[in-house]
Amino acid sequence: MSTRLSKGGRLIDRSKPLSFTFNGRRMSGYRGDTLASALLGADQMLMGRSFKYHRPRGVVASGAEEPNALVGLGEGARFEPNQRVTTTELFEGAAATTQNHWPSLEFDVGAINDRFARMLPGGFYYKTFMFPRFAWKHVFEPVIRQSAGLGKVPQERDADRYEYAYAFADVVVVGGGIAGLAAALQAGREGSRVLLIEQSGHWGGRAPVDGVVIDGRSAAEWVPATVAALSAMENVTLRLNTMASGLYDHGYLLAYERIADTTPGDGRPRHRLWRVRAGHVIAATGAIERPLSFAGNDVPGVMLAGAVRDYVVNWAISPGDRTVIVTNNDDAYRTALALLDAGLTVPAVIDARASVSGALPDAVRARGVRVLEGRAIGKVKGGKRVTCVSVCTFEGQGAEVEAIDCDAIAMSGGWSPVVHLWSHCGGKLNWDEAQAMFRPDAARPPTGADGKGMVTAVGSANGALTADAVLADVAAQIGGEALATNAVAEAPLRPVWIMPQGAGPELRMKMWLDYQNDVKVSDVQLAAREGYHSVEHTKRYTTLGMATDQGKLSNINGLAVLSDALNQAIPQTGTTTFRPPYTPISMGAIAGEARGEIFQPLRKTPMDGWHEANGAYFEPVGLWRRPYCYQRPGETAHQAVNREVKNVRQALGLLDASTLGKIIVKGPDAGKFLDMLYTGVMSTLPVGKCRYGLMCTENGFLSDDGVVARIDEDTWLCHTTSGGADRIHAWMEDWLQCEWWDWKVYTANVTEEYAQIAVVGPNARKLLEKMGGMDVSREALPFMEWRDGSLGGFRARVYRISFSGELSYEIAVPASEGRAFWDALVAAGQEFGLMPYGTEALHVLRAEKGFIMIGDETDGTVIPQDLNMAWAISKKKPDYLGKRAQERSFMASPDRWTLVGLETLDGSVLPDCAYAVADGVNANGQRNVQGRVTSTYFSPTLGKGIAMGLVKHGPARMGEVLEFPGDGGKVFKARIVDQVFYDKEGAKQNV
Amino acid sequence: MLTLECPYCGVKAEETELAAGGEAHLKRFGPGSSDADFDGYMFMRKNPKGVHFERWRHVYGCGKWFLAARDTATLEVFGTYPAQTSEPPAELQAKIKAKRPTWEGYK
Repeated sequence: MSTRLSKGGRLIDRSKPLSFTFNGRRMSGYRGDTLASALLGADQMLMGRSFKYHRPRGVVASGAEEPNALVGLGEGARFEPNQRVTTTELFEGAAATTQNHWPSLEFDVGAINDRFARMLPGGFYYKTFMFPRFAWKHVFEPVIRQSAGLGKVPQERDADRYEYAYAFADVVVVGGGIAGLAAALQAGREGSRVLLIEQSGHWGGRAPVDGVVIDGRSAAEWVPATVAALSAMENVTLRLNTMASGLYDHGYLLAYERIADTTPGDGRPRHRLWRVRAGHVIAATGAIERPLSFAGNDVPGVMLAGAVRDYVVNWAISPGDRTVIVTNNDDAYRTALALLDAGLTVPAVIDARASVSGALPDAVRARGVRVLEGRAIGKVKGGKRVTCVSVCTFEGQGAEVEAIDCDAIAMSGGWSPVVHLWSHCGGKLNWDEAQAMFRPDAARPPTGADGKGMVTAVGSANGALTADAVLADVAAQIGGEALATNAVAEAPLRPVWIMPQGAGPELRMKMWLDYQNDVKVSDVQLAAREGYHSVEHTKRYTTLGMATDQGKLSNINGLAVLSDALNQAIPQTGTTTFRPPYTPISMGAIAGEARGEIFQPLRKTPMDGWHEANGAYFEPVGLWRRPYCYQRPGETAHQAVNREVKNVRQALGLLDASTLGKIIVKGPDAGKFLDMLYTGVMSTLPVGKCRYGLMCTENGFLSDDGVVARIDEDTWLCHTTSGGADRIHAWMEDWLQCEWWDWKVYTANVTEEYAQIAVVGPNARKLLEKMGGMDVSREALPFMEWRDGSLGGFRARVYRISFSGELSYEIAVPASEGRAFWDALVAAGQEFGLMPYGTEALHVLRAEKGFIMIGDETDGTVIPQDLNMAWAISKKKPDYLGKRAQERSFMASPDRWTLVGLETLDGSVLPDCAYAVADGVNANGQRNVQGRVTSTYFSPTLGKGIAMGLVKHGPARMGEVLEFPGDGGKVFKARIVDQVFYDKEGAKQNV
Repeated sequence: MLTLECPYCGVKAEETELAAGGEAHLKRFGPGSSDADFDGYMFMRKNPKGVHFERWRHVYGCGKWFLAARDTATLEVFGTYPAQTSEPPAELQAKIKAKRPTWEGYK
């Protein structure tokens, strides 16, 4: 069993007990514990079930690389799945629940998968696709959906807050071990602005645990002294609990700081996402120990040797009374010494190397521990806990030479430098044959804006694994003098990728590579046999390294096994791509403050307050919110829309059109410029008049439309669609700055300078005449003209334009007077039957008139000619944007789908976006189509459904009936008709 | 997240302040041009691994379009310059040539 030792534990404070719950069970630990150490101290080695086979799993590591011990942490609005117990600092009241099991952690029905492991080999998921279709739909999909996913999704809105922060530094040192501290000290002394960050809550990395002595002082003294020296420097900033998540272009570094995880609800942001601009990055990110692949290496109680050492020294945890060490290197002997120092038993050290000598093994032998040379673990015995190891010769196939009873196994397969930060932005790696590791190639670093390397990897991250090598590496690369340490010589490791080396299929099926995704040696070998030669393909086929730990423990072992199966050298196989984030970061931190109301800006018109107070049902239009309709008590939105449409046709409607884009185009060449921008001619438009225009992309497709007014000799005002103002303004600037930069034209987006109100309906003129101040008669202000003047005391620019087919005035007043003007119109209009109307009524009104809407009738593949709008295209102009494109043969084809009106035979409303089917099927066996619905509404004016659509040879097929399949097998029949359903002659708008 | 210096306002702008506009120094082909010329202007882009000339707009800054020369593989920025030109400044071309002797020019 695992227990708390009676003394020791350099990180825990035994005077500060903390209580927490694990699956509802009350447990206790100490301040300074991680959840992992507290659970081990309470003899809770079983911490979860594996993802695929539901095998019992215990903690393997002591840090960020932990693959197994993931729990759901917190409750309700503070619940978060997949939290690593090894990096979760214990706090009073913490509540953890285990994952991937039913009904309980101890007894799990899904563990049956383990018995049928042969039926779930590598690539199993993809193979299910190859069965008959019914098998996927009725057998595999329901089962896979049930079991997919790690952990549970939080059900409530996150109760915490998060924030972004920004920092700039000449040098960012990532990693607060002795390499990072020494490098930061040197950079700080040179006067650089230094930011030193460390992912854990402690400085010094592994050095204090490993008993390193630097410059005559123990790490326990040297580390705090160095931190104090750094803290005293004004140009150095230090941050603990801050993980460098990713490095991006030009020294852009994202770092994730955990602030209030242990003090939920204290008002501080829980996490902070730092966006750092680094002049240079020093990656002192250390190394991660590799597991060994032997049968049963996932049984709870099998842990990394370095982790065992950490638990003993840092948290006074005995992983078991009897711990067997299995290794291929000298470093693991330090674990044996740590266990012996704690008074625990080490029955044997199993070393794959044929002959072992050197200071560390000799020290272990001197304590009476057997060192079994040239030996391996054949298999581990035990289900929910290690009970025994079967020892075999490493060179053999696994025949037992002896069995050793034990309750824990400390394994070490060597160390892999953490090269993630180096690799994120393109740094390349070399395979170091002697140390069996990938390490940064200093000749091929990630480069910055100046073309020079922007990252220096130092210490263990650069493959320097002993304390003296670490400090010598820092001195060589960063500067300063290398301090002396107590390091002893270590013999080279023996690369071991599976043990024993001759293991047969039975053993290989129980050798875990990727604990979190349940990928075994046999799965990778199967993938190789099935033709997966690329490491990237093998990764996806087997899911090796695709879990939340991103293969921190498994990648090197996995690609070594793959290389072996492919009979090629490891560097030939290469690594998969290292991608940010280094360890998972919270969704909250990514969102930062951008949630709720400030997720994105909300644009409101000057009259928004009135809408809100008068029943407006809002809809988003770009970033604007606009009233869709104004609902009265007891009215549905549909009823409100119908009422508003009828009222406009019969009496008087008021529309807030302020969102309409308004761009001033001014200058001696403004007319010439607009002639290029619009398909029609704007330069000849007389002052005081308005003209409708279309804009196309250079590829010929319709992009925006609107009414242009000539304000004076060299000034035009261009109206754009509500969503299009910023885009069109940018489009104008692009052409003016980059193509016609010698043309004398200025543009200004004045959309928000004006409140614009459409006064629409047969009584529109009566209302304006009542307001008084300017002549709005047919003679003084004819259709498609505009005048400046005043109305009811407001300065107003009045356009006689109509998007509804009714007598209509659009009136622009200064934005600051918009609400007052609206209120005045509402008050004065009551006697004429005034009602405000929203965007849906606007749409119905325009559709009844057959007017197009950008985004409904257009979708980026439609040219004006498709919409029968050749009348809006100048035949005389030599050029406009899109003209050349429209001359291409396909654009001129008579077979293009063309706009028509559609009328159902039974008066019902056609479904939106429905397709008109034609006879036969296409090459894919799909029904041929001959048209589609672009706009469809119920017309209250006509009392039936109306629609517009694009139909092949449409205008030539008037009267023909088309079939539009809808949902549930229903087929709508609609007749091709003229697109103008109401007042074809335009008599009503021109009165 | 690139940083590029805006040649108009002198600000060393981060990518979030900028809008990318694709390849620079395209020659516009309008009415009367051949299908091949128009096709090349409209659709064909060099997309090189190496030296590339790009259009950028300092959209959340001074609003000006400018051009940048950079290496798409190493992310080295050779220089930025105003958009009101039909070819890169001679000294910038010389600088790139010195750094990338095999570079075949911007055309």
